[in-house]
Amino acid sequence: MPETVVNTETVAEVQPRRSEWKRFRRVFFQRKVAIFALIIICIMIFTAVFAPWLAPYDPNEQNLSNSMAPPSREHLLGTDRLGIDTFSRLIWGARTALIVGFATAFISAAIGTALGMIAGYFGGVISTVIMRFMDALMGFPMIVLALLLAGVLGSGMQNIIIALTVASVPGYVRLMYGMTLSVKENDYILAQRSIGSSSARTIWKHIFPNALQPMIVMLTSALGGIIMAESGLSFLGVGITAPDVAWGSMVADGFKYLQTYPILSFAPGVCIMLVVFSFNILGDSLRDALDPRLRGTL
Amino acid sequence: MGRLLEVKDLKTYFKTDDGIVKAVDGVSFYIDEQEIVGVVGESGCGKTVTQLSVMQLINRPGRIVGGEIIFEGKNLLEYEQHGPEMRSIRGGKIAMIFQEPMTSLNPVLTLNQQISESLMLHLKMSKEEARKRAIELLGLVGIPSPEERIDDYPHQFSGGMRQRVMIAMGMACNPKILIADEPTTALDVTTQAQLLELMKSMVEQFKSSLVIVTHNLGVVARYAQRIYIMYAGKVVEEGKCKDIFKNPRHPYTVGLLNSVPRLDVEGERLIPIEGLPPNLTQMPPTCAFLPRCPYATEQCRTQPMPELRPVEGEGHKIRCYVDIAEVDNVTVKK
Amino acid sequence: MSQSKNNNEYLLEVKDLKMYFPVTRGLLRRKVADVKAVDGVSFSLKKGETLGLVGESGCGKTTVGRTINRLYKPTAGEIIFQGEDIAQLPEKELKPVRREMAMIFQDPYSSLDPRQSAGNIVGEPLIVHNITKNKDDYYERVERLFQMVGLDPALMNRYPHEFSGGQRQRIGIARALACNPSLIICDEPVSALDVSIQAQIINLLMDLKSEGDKLLTYIFIAHDLSVVKHISDRVAVMYLGRVVEITTPGELYNNPLHPYTQALLSAVPVPDPEIEEKRERIILEGEVPSPLFPPSGCTFHPRCPMATPECSKTIPELRDCGNGHMVACLRV
Repeated sequence: MPETVVNTETVAEVQPRRSEWKRFRRVFFQRKVAIFALIIICIMIFTAVFAPWLAPYDPNEQNLSNSMAPPSREHLLGTDRLGIDTFSRLIWGARTALIVGFATAFISAAIGTALGMIAGYFGGVISTVIMRFMDALMGFPMIVLALLLAGVLGSGMQNIIIALTVASVPGYVRLMYGMTLSVKENDYILAQRSIGSSSARTIWKHIFPNALQPMIVMLTSALGGIIMAESGLSFLGVGITAPDVAWGSMVADGFKYLQTYPILSFAPGVCIMLVVFSFNILGDSLRDALDPRLRGTL
Repeated sequence: MGRLLEVKDLKTYFKTDDGIVKAVDGVSFYIDEQEIVGVVGESGCGKTVTQLSVMQLINRPGRIVGGEIIFEGKNLLEYEQHGPEMRSIRGGKIAMIFQEPMTSLNPVLTLNQQISESLMLHLKMSKEEARKRAIELLGLVGIPSPEERIDDYPHQFSGGMRQRVMIAMGMACNPKILIADEPTTALDVTTQAQLLELMKSMVEQFKSSLVIVTHNLGVVARYAQRIYIMYAGKVVEEGKCKDIFKNPRHPYTVGLLNSVPRLDVEGERLIPIEGLPPNLTQMPPTCAFLPRCPYATEQCRTQPMPELRPVEGEGHKIRCYVDIAEVDNVTVKK
Repeated sequence: MSQSKNNNEYLLEVKDLKMYFPVTRGLLRRKVADVKAVDGVSFSLKKGETLGLVGESGCGKTTVGRTINRLYKPTAGEIIFQGEDIAQLPEKELKPVRREMAMIFQDPYSSLDPRQSAGNIVGEPLIVHNITKNKDDYYERVERLFQMVGLDPALMNRYPHEFSGGQRQRIGIARALACNPSLIICDEPVSALDVSIQAQIINLLMDLKSEGDKLLTYIFIAHDLSVVKHISDRVAVMYLGRVVEITTPGELYNNPLHPYTQALLSAVPVPDPEIEEKRERIILEGEVPSPLFPPSGCTFHPRCPMATPECSKTIPELRDCGNGHMVACLRV
């Protein structure tokens, strides 16, 4: 190291600090609907975490003597054909929906991000192999692919998560592949090579943080889609099985009594709608608030 | 030679998050007929915004908040931004060419479509006439075989050629004033030399006036007759080109001249202007150059922003309390 | 720190360096042509010297810099750095070389990672090369680097967007200095900056040269001839992937031999109207041809005012015209 030399031309001017977080918060909370979505999601998460304490009844406890009871003080939303408390089932259903949603989203995002960044950074044969395989997977609509896999693997929460993960990975791979290609063009990646940094370090410390924002947006928006897909599979009977409770199968169960006793289908239906809607809104708001084109303005 | 354009006390402000940016804050200048005027300054000094204001091309969050722009005896600011009067002036009587030609040319239209458009619009030419004139113009700006190339798209031309096309488009309607905003900054020196010569000969041929907006003192030294030096939204020195280069009187001008390495001077140490340009949202009431000025006196620190005052030399004015001619140890490299 | 096996006076010798970029087409990536970005460049560089590399866009000057820095693997030729040919070394063996050779980039915006603090950016090479002993040592070194380039160490935790262009370029310089290299390749370090800031950075680079305990050697790449002339001990003028003239700045200005150099010099405006009036201008016809299909013989001949039929046939070699003034032209 050279001796300390204080350069006489020290730049005295110091600009005021500019906080991106502050700007993010302002843009984000400008939208009332985003706040609404955030509240819904917080309630859902709270419900899911504390389901055992919040649910007044066991979601699988049958009481045939009290089947199809209308809403009352004991049973807020009534009971179903087997006399199970609908409200308790809804609460436990939130837990299933969020577990499947978050597990699928995070696992597929992690796999997709890793594959996408590797394909984008190294290029050549590696990227051809990865990307063509993803193209093949993307040829199927997500729900069809998940249905196929669920059919092969069998139902149950774990298999549903695997099926939905496989179906959602290609989206992340594509996104991160594109992001990596564009981030890679920056001189700081070249600078990183110039100072002798390893590929792993460059990818992890410099490409990943710069490609993260659209991935977070995609992940948030995808949560809604995954919950929707899980409900769809459960509705079709290839999804979640007892003892786990799924909103999708609740809708299916109540379907037969839609005209006489609509609350059985409506209650879980509204829950699905609210959650999916909230995650979509949250994703949209995140995208707007993180949009680099808006940085420094507004 | 008569006065063609006179801008008086122009103010263009931008409303941003951090406050109001006074991009142009009381700028006055004029252009005579068949004159080449240089406007020099660094990025953010307001030189481009001034010219865009003349063309009324300022969009939100920016707004022209004051001043007069007298062109052919009328105040352009009384016209609606998108009104018919302003549209006939823009491109018709005052034309502007920009730094990056690719962004000002429409990539999906052929050159013929783009040049003919303004000819048909402003000069009411027929399609055939316009095409003929367009070919003529392309030939004038030195595009080889213009009859064939007129149906090409902008991406089929190199950067220098695109800028030639821009000049042809600018001159299409025989404007009174051609404003060239950093026309050669993105180009190589040999191309830059070609284009500057071309612009000069074009405005001479068409008897137009030319405004060269640039940060490069060398460019204006060769071509401009009069120069305006801008700093932080204000003109700090104006005068004849020769006077300003021979006898620069504002500390900023002196600083600029001293900080560029010169081809014709043996490598002595450069004398940079210390510090950074001011933040336009938090302008001090005093002279904006004060924090960077090596000649500042007590008067500069206590008095408000000085007004432009005449000094020796025809039309030579500076915005400064200090008279550099009387200050010792001022080195202006020669 | 420098290798002792290097006995000769040259820090860097580049011999007949060629860098071709293949143009591929179709699914099978069949090679259809080569872009000859650098086509036979040779020069040598003494310790402590500054070599200016000047030319217009597309002349290959940036590619020369990046190839020497081994960001590209050259097609052919030798890069002898500190006595060792690094031209074909695999990436793994390049690590010690990278410590000795640093790079400063043109764009102060894209060359700094927006998600890293200024301190992390400057300290990154220290971590990559595992130079510092502990946290305190690390911070001390980063602080010293900040001071060396004229930045307040208190700004270490700030992010690049909070700095101005000139300050960002100082951060880039501090990063280049971090490992105490012997060679710094400056790729257009001032061309993105404002005039008044340019001078600050040029002075800083010149001051840093002698301030360390090791004499710094620069390759200074720029398109601005006046800047290159000001900072360099020798200047190499490039045209279409080849060096057409190498000499001292004084000789280059007073006695340019190559017709391209003459045209280039005359195109640079001088900020003095009186001198400008007297200067003669050589306006070159046309534009730089595509390096995909360079002209035969001397690549400059289609634009050259002095060209003869011979020029389109023979490729001129760089030869000494006395006092180390090298020029590649048949007519000189």
